[in-house]
Formats: sequence, structure tokens, C-alpha cells
Amino acid sequence: MATRERTRKARSREQRHDYLLSEAQLEEMYYYMLLARRLSERMLILNRQGRAPFVIAGAGQEAAQVGAAMALERGTDFLAPYYRDLAMNLVFGMTAREAMLNVLGKRDDPNSYGRQMPAHWSSPSRRIVTQSSVVATQLVHAVGIALGARLRGEQLVVMACCGEGATSRGDFHEALNFAAIHRLPVIFFVENNGYAISERTEKEMPVPHVADRARAYDMQAAVVDGMDCVAVYQTVKPAVDQARRGGGPWLIEAKCYRLWAHSSEDDDSRYRPRKELEEWAKKDPITVFRERVLADGIFPREDLEEIEAHVQEEVRDAVEWALAQPDPAPEDALTHVYKER
Amino acid sequence: MAEVSVLEAVRLALDEALARDERTFILGEDVEAGGVFRATEGLAAKYPGRVIDTPLAESSIVGIAIGAAHYGMRPIAEIQFADFIHAAFDQLCSEASRWCYRTRGDAWLPLVVRTPWGGGVHGGQHHSQSIEAYYAHMPGLKVVAPSFPADYRSLLLAAVEDPNPVIFLEHKRTYRLIRQELNGAPAETRIGRARIARRGGDLALYAYGLMLHECLAAAEELAAEGIECTVVDLLSLRPLDTETVLEAAKATGKVLIVHEDTLTGGFGAEIAALIAEHAFEYLDAPVRRLCGPDIPPIPYHPAMEAFFMPDRQKIAAAARDLAAY
Amino acid sequence: MPIVTMPQLGESVTEGTVLRWLKQPGDPVALDEPLCEIETEKVNVELPSPFEGVMGRQFVAQGETVPVGAPLCEIVSSGARPGDVPVPEAPPALAPTASPSRRPASTQAVASSPAPRTDGDRRHRYTPAVLRLARLHGIDLEQIRGTGLGGRVTRKDVEAYLARAQVEAPTKGPAAPLAETAERGAPVAPAPYEVVPLSPTRRTIAERLARSAQEVPQAWTLVEVDVTELLKLRDRTAARLGRHLTLLPFVAQALCRALREHPNLNARFEAGELRRFRDVNLGIAVAAPSGLVVPVLHRAQELSIDGLARALDDLVDRARAGRLTLADVQGGTITLNNTGAFGSVASRPILNAPEVAIVTFERVVRRPVVVADDAIAIRAMANVCLTFDHRALDGHEAGAFLATLRQFIEAPTEA
Repeated sequence: MATRERTRKARSREQRHDYLLSEAQLEEMYYYMLLARRLSERMLILNRQGRAPFVIAGAGQEAAQVGAAMALERGTDFLAPYYRDLAMNLVFGMTAREAMLNVLGKRDDPNSYGRQMPAHWSSPSRRIVTQSSVVATQLVHAVGIALGARLRGEQLVVMACCGEGATSRGDFHEALNFAAIHRLPVIFFVENNGYAISERTEKEMPVPHVADRARAYDMQAAVVDGMDCVAVYQTVKPAVDQARRGGGPWLIEAKCYRLWAHSSEDDDSRYRPRKELEEWAKKDPITVFRERVLADGIFPREDLEEIEAHVQEEVRDAVEWALAQPDPAPEDALTHVYKER
Repeated sequence: MAEVSVLEAVRLALDEALARDERTFILGEDVEAGGVFRATEGLAAKYPGRVIDTPLAESSIVGIAIGAAHYGMRPIAEIQFADFIHAAFDQLCSEASRWCYRTRGDAWLPLVVRTPWGGGVHGGQHHSQSIEAYYAHMPGLKVVAPSFPADYRSLLLAAVEDPNPVIFLEHKRTYRLIRQELNGAPAETRIGRARIARRGGDLALYAYGLMLHECLAAAEELAAEGIECTVVDLLSLRPLDTETVLEAAKATGKVLIVHEDTLTGGFGAEIAALIAEHAFEYLDAPVRRLCGPDIPPIPYHPAMEAFFMPDRQKIAAAARDLAAY
Repeated sequence: MPIVTMPQLGESVTEGTVLRWLKQPGDPVALDEPLCEIETEKVNVELPSPFEGVMGRQFVAQGETVPVGAPLCEIVSSGARPGDVPVPEAPPALAPTASPSRRPASTQAVASSPAPRTDGDRRHRYTPAVLRLARLHGIDLEQIRGTGLGGRVTRKDVEAYLARAQVEAPTKGPAAPLAETAERGAPVAPAPYEVVPLSPTRRTIAERLARSAQEVPQAWTLVEVDVTELLKLRDRTAARLGRHLTLLPFVAQALCRALREHPNLNARFEAGELRRFRDVNLGIAVAAPSGLVVPVLHRAQELSIDGLARALDDLVDRARAGRLTLADVQGGTITLNNTGAFGSVASRPILNAPEVAIVTFERVVRRPVVVADDAIAIRAMANVCLTFDHRALDGHEAGAFLATLRQFIEAPTEA
């Protein structure tokens, strides 16, 4: 099934003055957010059925991720995501089928061929950088890529993503420090979802905003409502363009909310009041986006429902297909410890 | 070519590496000014923009090198003293060693981390350490520890060309102390091969770095007493030349493994286990190790440092015991 | 009288240069006042005086470089005169083979695996190497006297015993204990090779030849020899003695005669000395089943053709049967290899170190050659090859020897 053929309507590519985005782009946004969410929901079901041992998702952060990823030039710019960034990966070209292969740890999962836990993304051909479970290390890698590109003379931008918990680690500070000294084209995109597993942000940092830390590195920074996809795009796009032209790095903090538990292994009722969840569920970014484009008359309801139906079918197909794919053989563990020439 | 020191050989190799391949570049603390040991002297001027000073942040020196290598460059990172590499342990263990494996070869890292190691320079606790045990333990990394200038040059070039992350250990005491005429000297070009530096039928000594030279000196003394030693210059610790290690063990039946690093859990334990397992039926004596004592290495006062370090007298004494067994 | 020495400035620095004296002899010197400017590979510094007094003798000139620890100057305490005290010797310069520590190495042992306990009687403590050899060769270890610690029977003891007892290694040994993994941790796939166990003989050969090849500069030369007359002599002698004879005893005798005129080739280069021997102890290369062995025919120069023939036969037979004694394989001064027996017409033997020469006698081939007055005749020709130790001998000497040897072979006298 062609995954990009969502509706039969040809969308205008003209930028709407109120959104700084075209209808085609807006449709794309909605599609990716929805696809990420539906895939995650399906993954959790598989987990509860005992078929996917570990699931970690970005529910509630799709708007931030899609808004930011769409501000980049796909095919040129590098993305160094973290484990919640399924939506970003989809924007960068990962398919629903690949996402399901990944959660099932299948032999042919292009992210890590069953060698890493799920949600450890990688795709060199799409310029998605492999990352480990150690958070914040990827921020330094992003800086290295930007440095390499400058030495090579290639103009590009690197987006390095993490949660607010990662900003406590030394590598976060070392990365910002170096990027700022050398004015490298790196966008440090922090998805502050309010929780590092069970710890709220006051335990993680003494300043109210992660973006406040940029001042220590003389770096440009912005805070944006991460639940508003368009707002995120409108904030990230100019920063990306400026960085590409040599304006230096940015620290952009998207205020989000983690709608689900940390992972399939976490029981968040131990530390999160039910009321808080209910309040934030009303601000679900996908719902918010849908209501907004409907209210603004951008798309008729049927179109959005059609996208929903399409996404459901895409997810169903991906699950069915992926479940039938082969598992790695035990001895597959032995290969590729070293790169042969 | 004249006689060169270990340091000069390293500098030669760096110069050659930068000249041959535009993707190579050097990063580390103080490298633009030549480096605290002068290893990169003159290179910043000769290759503008390709010798880059970093902030004092070892984790990101390695992490940035990882990013650049992933992108397609060939970074040569310097960690000023091996004692400080531990701040980058995470980047080396969690990231560099696994990069190729966790992408099943879709991505790989042609990077080199070079660092001065070892004692004998009154460096105290944090300018004297051996680090090979930690990093030679990691599948996915390569660890190289030459002893002679010619090998330093050829193996550093090999490390730069290797598509895997290589930790290149330079023994700081030998930087100026050990000199060699490069013309005609044997120079190993393949990582993973050891060399028999001296042949003798009575026992085999295994060493690397400064200790290799101490072993050769001890062997010379012992030869005058009628004890003939084979001395194996390991050159690479990971991958290890198991064939040569075992060949020497089988030929002599008596082995003495020498390293500066502390005894327990040191790299010598790996060699001892290898020999005990695969050359068991050829052993004519217990497998012996001569190493630093199990104290945090190395105390500063010269008398305590001398107490810590193995040297040619201690090696010869241990060898005599072994020969008499 | 305090002496100021060249300080150790920085790790790995071994020497320093006095760029400029800041104090001259006779100048007063306060504590910590700069005495001179010193330049090392790493830093340039001023040297603060460790003593108070007056500058005395200066032992190093401006611009001079001295090793760390060398005396620079003396500081005279007020009241004393310079020159009262003799200058101490500078410590020996740090040569590349110097011990890394400045102080004498402590006599304390550093940690190593515990020293073997030498509790009493170890005569029956057999190591794996010893047991393996015993098993391979069917030796009763009780028969062997041990020279190791506590009377332990060592591997060398067993090997020496074997050389004496001449037990043949079995053709089929146990598989080598090394696991068949090409890379550590790789799956155990069937190896493309099988390990052939080395007999002690093989191992000894390997070691000695490797050492010979590595340590001795060896040069090679050959001459063509016309053995037509020698063949006739051989036939006549065989008929007279009533037994079968090969050319070997004749060549051996010619060799002994040639050595009398060129004694430098009957020598061993050992323990740093060139030892020229009076007797020709002729080593004969024999292909025994366990490998190449070189039994020695002692005092070969004393033997007649008959004597040589008998002695050679005996040696070769016993070598092939594995019944050589230790005396049989020791003390050779030159080696002869009858490579022609395998069909070789030229070969480059490796020296049987520490002998300085080895000679081969190649295959006899009937060939057309140019003889007197440019006529062509069919003659029996054989090459004689010589490898020699170029430390002990030159090509001139080697060539002269071969020329003499050739004469003796081409114009043999009745034995």
C-alpha cells in the first residue's frame, strides 16, 4: 500500500499566511502525528498480549516531534533522536512496517536487527543517527557530525533531541559548550515532558526552563508550547534556517506532557495523580490540532476521518506483516563486532 | 632517515596521515600548540583547520570524534593522559564499541583515540596509569600498544586506516628514551600481529610498552648466564595474536608475562588463561606473571614508584626462578 | 660545599642546557635567587638557588648541555674557599637501556603469582609437558634423573633422554589441544587444517635452523666437478674390497684433504670466537624418519676409504633406526650433505651452526662438456655447493677451498 496517498484530494502547497504552512504540510503533520500515536497504541497492546516485551512511546509529544522534524531538510540534515522520537523518525522516512519490526526485535529491523531494545533508532541512509540507552551521549555525536560537515564543506543542520532529564548529564553541557564555541549548526531540541521517569522537573534542574541553560553558553534559545505542532514548527523553522546560514546553534525547549507511563514497565500511578492526567488528556496535541484545523475550516471532517481510516489500515497491515517476519537466529549475535574493510 | 624517538615516530605518522587523507583531522586539548608532549608540533600550521583544540572535556572529545567518524571523517582524538580517558569510558563502551554491532555494520567508526600511558615519570596517581585492561575487554574496540618507534609509526597509520575505533597507547616514558633507526627496522603494519623480538628456547617473556625494553635488557643479561629467552612484543592487545602467543609458550614450556598494570584483573591474566587453556600439555612450569602490586597506581615518591614498577632486575630474577623450576 | 645539579624538569626530560649564567663566581647568592637560565625540550626556566652563599666554581659553560643530575656549580658558604671540595662524578648519562627509575631499583619483589613451593621431593611431580612427551614416546619417567627444582624431571631432561634413547615419535599423535577456532569467540566450525604434532627432533631442527638463518650471514657458491675418473676409481675399489661402495666416502676423503690445506673451513663460530679444529669431525646429513639428523663421524681425516665407508654405513643405519647416541650427534666441525641422492643438481644448504661451512654433493649427471683443445666429450659431472659463514670466511677463501676440493675429486689418488 502506498503510504503517502492519504486522500484523493490534491492539497494546495501555497503557504497559508495564518499558519506559515501549506495545506499539504498541515495534512502531513496530522498524518504523522496520528500514525505515531496509532502505532504506539498497537505496540502497547502487543506488549499487554505478551508479544512485545518492551514498549516505550512518545504519546503526548507527537506535535513537538513532527513540528520540529518538518522544519528540517530531509535527506540533507541529520537527526540524532532519542527513544521517544518515533514520530520524528516517521517524518524522516521510517515506515510503519519498520517500526513494527523494531518493537518485535525482528531479524530484518533496519534500526538494529534485534540487537538493541526497541526504540533505539538508526538509519544511515536517512541520516538518522544510531543511539544507545545512555541518554545525552547523542548530543555530543550530533556536534561531531556538524563539525565533520563543516570540515568537509557540506552545509547542513543537525538536530539532537532529548528529554529534560538528559540535560542534567555532563554530555549535554559538553555538547552545548563545544557547539557554541565553534558556532556549529546544531539544534538542541529538548522535549520537556515534565517527568524523568518519576522525577518531576524541580528535581532535575534549579531553573524553571531548560532553555535558561543556554545563557551559560551564550547560545540562542527558545521555549515553545510543545503541544501545538504549528507553534513548534514556527519556532524551529527560522532557527534551523539561521543555523544553516552559519548563525550558530540553538537550544529549543518544547513544553510537552508525557501522557503515558515512562515505558511498558513503569506504573505511573505510583507517582502521578489521576487528576493531572485527566487534565492533560484534554490538551492531547492530536486532538488540539484536529479541532483547530476543523475550526479554521482548513479540512472538512470527512477528510480527517479518511486519514484516520488510512492510518488504521496502515498500522493493521504493518502489524500483520511484521509478526510474520523471521526472528534473528541465535548465532546472528556473533556477527559484525568489527567492520571488515 | 635518521634515528627517531617514539615521539618523533608518532609525529611522523600523524603528519603522513593528514597528508594522505583529507578526511583525517586531529582534535584534543592543546593540540594546536603542539600538545603537552609535542606530539602534534607543527601540524596545526601545516594543516590549517585540521588540528582543533577542544575544551577540557574528555567525554566530548571522544563523543565528537564519534560523530565526525559517523559522518565520514577520520578523526584522531588525543586524550592528554590515559588517566583522564575514564571520563570518556561511557562514550567508548556504550557508544564507540557498539556502533557497528548495533547497526549490524550499517554504520561504523573509523576513529583513533591516542593517549600517553604508563609510569616511570614521577607522574603519581593520575599521570602514570595503565588502562589497557579496561578497554581491551570491550568487543568492538581495538587496542594497540607498540614498543619501538618503527612500529609506532606503522601501527598508528594502520589505526587511522582501520574502519574500527582504535585506542592507540603511547608509553610516555619511552617518548624520548627509546630511539631507533627507521631504515631497515621491522615495522608491523597489521593490527593483531605480535613479533618475536628475541628467540630463545628456555622460557618466553611477554610484554608491551616500556616493559618490552626491560624484558629485552633482562634477556641479554640472562643469555650471558646461559638462559635463553624468547621475548614476545605483543604490539596489539585486542585483537591479540593468539597464534604467536601460543607458539612461544609451546616452544619453551615456561612463560613469564610482564606488565606495569596491577596484577589482579590485569591484561596478563587473559594471556595466562589463554596459555593455560590452549598450551596446557606443553607447560613445564606454572604460568607466571610479573606485574605492579595491587595498589592504586602509582604512588608519587620515587622510592615508592620504583617499588611499584617491574624492571629488568626483577624480570631477570623471576626468569631465573622459572628457568630453574 | 653544596653542589647544585641539573634538575629534572618535567616528565620524560633527560637533559638540559644552561642558556645563561645569571651569577658569576664570587657573586653573593641569596636563597631562591636565580642562578642561571636552563632550557629543556619542554620548558625554559630560571634555576632558583637551593643554597645561600657565594657562587663558587661553575662546571658547565653557557650553551652546554648536560644530563639531569650533572653538577652545575658549587655554592660556597661564607668563610670557605671555592675549590676545597672535589667535584662529584655526574651520574651516568641515561642511555636508552637505563632503568626507568632514578633511584636504584628496590629489592622488594613486586607482586606476581606466588613463587612455586619448593617443598622437598619433587621427583615425581610431572608437568603436562613431561607427561605428554612420556605418553608420545612410551617413556618410563622413573628412568630419568631430574635436574629441576627438588629433583623434578623437566621437559629438557626428557628431551635429553630421548636424544640418548632414540625413541621414534609415533606417526600418529594425539590431536593438538588448541581448539579449532580461528577467532576467539567465533563459532566452532570445522578447521581447514589439522595440527601435526611436532616431535622433539622436529622442534629442535626448527629452532636451530631458524636461529642459524636469523643470526648468521650465509653466503653460497658452487663449482662443477668432473667425477668421471672418480667413478672409475670407485668401481675399481669396490671390486678390490668385494663390497658395494657409493661415492660418498670418496667425497668425504677429498673433503678432509682439502680441509688440511684450508683449515679455516673446519671451524665453529661459537661464544664469540672462531675455533679452528684439528680433527675433521664430519657431520653427515641423514634423512631419518623423525626428521633430518646429522650424526658426526669423528676424526674422519684418519680413515681410509674402507674405514670411511664402514663408518658412514654404520652411522646412516643407526640414524635411520633411531639408535644414535649423544656422542654421535655432538662435536661436528663441518657438515656434508649428499643432496644428489634426491636428484638435486644444486642446493643451498643452511649452515649447521655454529659450524662455518656446509658442503653438498649433488647428483651425478652425464653431460657434454668442453675438454682439452675445445673438443666435446660426455663426462660425468656433479656440482659441489658450499654455504659458509661470512663472518668467518670470505668468498676468496671459500672459492680457493672449493678449487682444492675439486682437484682432489677430479684427480683422486688410489685409496
